[in-house]
Amino acid sequence: MTQMQQVPATTASTVSMNGVGTSRPVRLTDTTLRDGSHAMQHQFTEEQVRATVHALDEANVEVIEVSHGDGIGGSSFNYGFSKVEDITLVRAATEEAARAKIAILLVPGIGTMDDLRNAREAGASVARIATHCTEADVSIQHFGLARSLDMETVGFLMMAHRTSPEELARQGRIMVDAGCECVYAVDSAGALVLDEAESRIKALVDEVGGQAQVGFHGHQNLSLGVANSVLAFRTGARQIDGSLCALGAGAGNSPTEVLAATFNHLEVETGVDVGGVLDAAEEVVRPFLPRWPKSDRTAIVQGWAGVYSSFLLHAEHAAERYDVPAHVILQRAGEAGYVGGQEDMLIDIALQLVQERDLATTGAR
Amino acid sequence: MMRHRGAAPGDETPEMGPMSNKLALAAIIGPGNIGTDLLAKLRRSDAIEVGYMVGVVESDGLARARELGIEASAGGLDWLMQQDPLPDIVFDATSAKAHQAAAPVLEKAGVVAIDLTPAAVGPLVSPTVNFREHVDAMNINMISCGAQATVPIVHAVSSVVPVPYAEIVASVASKSAGPGTRANIDEFTHTTSRAVRELGGADRGKAIVVLNPVEPPMLMRDTIFCAIPADADEDAVTASIESRVREVQEYVPGYTLRQPPQYDPPREMWDGNGRVSVFLEVKGAGDYLPEYAGNLDIMTAAAARIGNLVATTRMQQVPA
Repeated sequence: MTQMQQVPATTASTVSMNGVGTSRPVRLTDTTLRDGSHAMQHQFTEEQVRATVHALDEANVEVIEVSHGDGIGGSSFNYGFSKVEDITLVRAATEEAARAKIAILLVPGIGTMDDLRNAREAGASVARIATHCTEADVSIQHFGLARSLDMETVGFLMMAHRTSPEELARQGRIMVDAGCECVYAVDSAGALVLDEAESRIKALVDEVGGQAQVGFHGHQNLSLGVANSVLAFRTGARQIDGSLCALGAGAGNSPTEVLAATFNHLEVETGVDVGGVLDAAEEVVRPFLPRWPKSDRTAIVQGWAGVYSSFLLHAEHAAERYDVPAHVILQRAGEAGYVGGQEDMLIDIALQLVQERDLATTGAR
Repeated sequence: MMRHRGAAPGDETPEMGPMSNKLALAAIIGPGNIGTDLLAKLRRSDAIEVGYMVGVVESDGLARARELGIEASAGGLDWLMQQDPLPDIVFDATSAKAHQAAAPVLEKAGVVAIDLTPAAVGPLVSPTVNFREHVDAMNINMISCGAQATVPIVHAVSSVVPVPYAEIVASVASKSAGPGTRANIDEFTHTTSRAVRELGGADRGKAIVVLNPVEPPMLMRDTIFCAIPADADEDAVTASIESRVREVQEYVPGYTLRQPPQYDPPREMWDGNGRVSVFLEVKGAGDYLPEYAGNLDIMTAAAARIGNLVATTRMQQVPA
């Protein structure tokens, strides 16, 4: 464990001087109530949100993200309608949290600056602005607004496996110049394998290290969310995302309770009470899980083919509706290079598969 | 209101060049990719002669226009307004800010403005949806690429059944999204959702735009979801959509249905409504812009279409 202590010590002093982000070696951001929204098909109730926030807050989790899975304003035919409007859930979370900050996710092109203003008014104090890993410049106006609303800012470079570490760093620079205080490499597809995550974090730290923090958001499609998170920390990442019971898209996120236990084992201070998050996972979230996220065939294909994790349930629905295999739909989505937000294309792929099947049947006659 | 021009005796205008039998003289402001592509389309027009291409700095676009024998100047709107004859129609392919400044000047001079910027000074118009309502407008706004691709479909559905909610998802190649779009992506979602309601006829509207950087670049794709009543006549809705697609194909040949319209049964989540989903692909004509940039092509094609309609409906030749 001795090799651990060098990295965070230096970055901690640099960053706290700037007053940006966390002063802890690692801050865990829990996204059960945002990424988990995908797995819940956006059907969170206010009671579930309040109970989860309460438990996380009691366990000293400092940042809790609450939004539709596709960000505030994501409620739609394409991504699924929210049972309860996400701004209502943000307000409930803010009321419930005694210490934790409430974060929201905003995907420019899906949500708007009006949504951001509404979230701020409802009490959110951290704005996490997400773009595809090569499209950071669409977030500039949103960072500007978030800062003018006096919000802490985080930039989310999604599908980070789809670009090189160098390009990811250039995109991170665009976000930081726009007012982003922490740039995340977001492994939306759960496709990064160890050194692939490490090299991206390193490139980001090298590029923005003195001015902003770096974060990592992992998925479990190839069962590497937690391992990648530890590597990310060792490479200089200071903010790490997790979800209770892994509740999230695809095979789920790095479980918050596993991250807390792992960092505790490594004697890396997160401030989180391990027993508290274990209780939160087991007693609060597990009872309302529709299914425990796991690396089943479709989820593994997502990690393997590099497909946006949130496509999972949409692919399953299209598969059921048109009687074609979900994992084949996802495989095709990976080959086509579809990015987060293109859920509509899964129906299109399913219909193509139907046509191909019909052609094959006709041809056989 | 309009000066009549063309082949009428005694109305010879040498500036109009060898094709002086056309109905309207036009200028394009903004000699960038959009302006250059628009020029290529307008050169095929029987009704419009492009006389002027205007920029504010010397550029390749101005040079290209000169090579085609068009008077081109970096003198901006001031230069254009000193020309004799003045154009009947100005296509503005600059920026919202520049168009806001140009609009009153053009209107005062009696010049019809066809605005490809997001300025929305004039009414939002899509050729197959509402041109007839604005046949006399002095300033016509082309809304957005997403709106030109999707609003005709929403309108086709709402012409047959009530549409309490419509949602459009526009996916475009990253390379076809210019700096203006990127700097203000909210403008796209706001303007397009407004058009889905006001022109499309949906009670509520939502617009989503996704930029995809895949190589080779993907063709523009648009998906339109409309909530429709549980007892909607699906055959009538499909017929209306297919007929509308053919109308748009008259000016955007690469505008195609990827799949037949898809119907989902009513759900409680959808306030008891059913849903029709329409999957479109928009392949550009490849005039100046690449084929994948169907989003840009449908803007220039729709603007050229409106220009032709304006010329033919308002600028009839003076009888001999």
